[in-house]
Amino acid sequence: MDLLELDIELDREAFRLAVRESFDLSGITAVFGANGSGKTSLLRVIAGLEPAARGRVTCRGEQWLGPKARLEAEARRIGYVFQDGRLFPHLDVRGNLEFPRRHGGRTGPIDLDETVETFDLHELLHRYPGALSGGERQRVAVARALLANPGLLLMDEPLSSLDRSRKHELLPLIRSLPRRYGMPIIYVTHDIDELVYLADTVVLLAGGKVVARGSAREILERGDFELLAGLEEPGLVLEARIANHSGGLTIASLPSGELRIPRMAGQPGDIVRLRVHPRDVILAAEPVARISIRNCLAATVRKLEPSRGDQVLVSLAVGDQLLKARVTADAARELELGEGRPVYALIKTVALEAFG
Amino acid sequence: MPELELGPLWVSLKLGVATVLCLLLIATPLAWWLAFTRSRARAPVEAVVALPLVLPPTVLGFYLLILLGPAGWIGRLWVEVTDSTLTFSFAGLVVASILYSLPFAVQPLQGAFEAVGRGPLEAAATLGATASKRFVNVALPLAARGYLSAIVLVFAHTLGEFGVVLMVGGNIPGRTKVISIAVFEHVETIDYAQAHILSAGLLVFSFLLLLLIFGLNRRIPIRYPA
Repeated sequence: MDLLELDIELDREAFRLAVRESFDLSGITAVFGANGSGKTSLLRVIAGLEPAARGRVTCRGEQWLGPKARLEAEARRIGYVFQDGRLFPHLDVRGNLEFPRRHGGRTGPIDLDETVETFDLHELLHRYPGALSGGERQRVAVARALLANPGLLLMDEPLSSLDRSRKHELLPLIRSLPRRYGMPIIYVTHDIDELVYLADTVVLLAGGKVVARGSAREILERGDFELLAGLEEPGLVLEARIANHSGGLTIASLPSGELRIPRMAGQPGDIVRLRVHPRDVILAAEPVARISIRNCLAATVRKLEPSRGDQVLVSLAVGDQLLKARVTADAARELELGEGRPVYALIKTVALEAFG
Repeated sequence: MPELELGPLWVSLKLGVATVLCLLLIATPLAWWLAFTRSRARAPVEAVVALPLVLPPTVLGFYLLILLGPAGWIGRLWVEVTDSTLTFSFAGLVVASILYSLPFAVQPLQGAFEAVGRGPLEAAATLGATASKRFVNVALPLAARGYLSAIVLVFAHTLGEFGVVLMVGGNIPGRTKVISIAVFEHVETIDYAQAHILSAGLLVFSFLLLLLIFGLNRRIPIRYPA
């Protein structure tokens, strides 16, 4: 197994980054945290862009940082996608893409023509970065990092400056990279959608320290996630399997029921992750006939927490997965909600955010 | 029509070119250091570099005369190495010019390097470029306008030098007699015709040079990310 082993410290004005962690270099590892949690600093330490970092960094057995020696950034064979792209303004897109080969001596299996094809950059080759849109710029930045033929791709919130639709164009491309090029990615983000869609493993950072790691679902199910991530009610992840597509809908199945979601890419059998907000979940004591909500899952009440004045946050077990519903205290009393009570969870199709 | 006296013009042009070339070599690393260092020495060094801007040329010239003279440590070294004195020679003029024009080279370059910033250089490093390749292929092209400003300012400032040159170089025809001193001399001796020719020549030449350079400046594209 390829490993990236870290035992590093870095003093910042506001906090101290202290991470002792070992990353499996496979698929996409998301480093998630609130602003100021140290996630960008961590990525920069890995890349060799923080000369003040102390400790050890070892990648696939090669020492990048040790008590005596420090391998310069240019010798680490990484690719780095910066938040703002950082394309060279004096070079056109082609010049930017050729930079790693011409001036960095980086050659390898990933070649220019194929990458231009994959990223659909033909039209842009002779444009200058100043004349590109935000989405185009980040596409070029990702392509340029790949053309450095790195052994590890580091991405620092590459989509944070883009609007939603641009984001959704680029996400599938990024997700396909580890399989297509056999390249592991460490992906820094504070966007739940990106986390849910991309992450094979999540490392949760708070106050410069790693406070949790696990799958996206495990991380979101943690009781302290809201607090650690500095987010208000981020919602939870339900994993389901695509059963089939029908018209504008995709049917996804769980052991405890079926969900109809807006049509998405994917083959039957593929696992999809759905993000569900507690405010979008309605509870019923028995199955409801003749109702516009198409999605109904059998669930069992696990826990009730009073929240926000007159409301109750209800934790539900759906098979082995966790779901939360926000209901009024009145409704909770009427439905006689209590631990172990079987209920039906109704979720509106449009409220399900699916990422396949 | 009086006979043209072109000697001082050539001395001035030679001095300008020599000063520009030397200063580019000296000011580049100095400006780079000032732009990127986090050292506490930065402010004092910046202050020293800016001194020629505020000191009267005679004060500067006076210290230079002492430093470069056969008794000063630079002057003594020069005598030992070359067997000739630095003061009242062309080489001495160049040394004086370099110090006098130092801020006109360092400040635009420092500003240009600061505008380039660490961002593009870090990006180049992650793409495999070593420090020298980062400088040549990223910093230099992005700082092109800064270099142009530095060249123009230093050259113009050197042509216009008077006080420092007079004190360090004296007024030796063909060696240290520059155009500004020649004009002064002609006016002193009420030879207005010669003064007119030299002054008008310098005026036209300077204008054409600046026109060329500002025209060139427009052709250096500045392309920032939108």
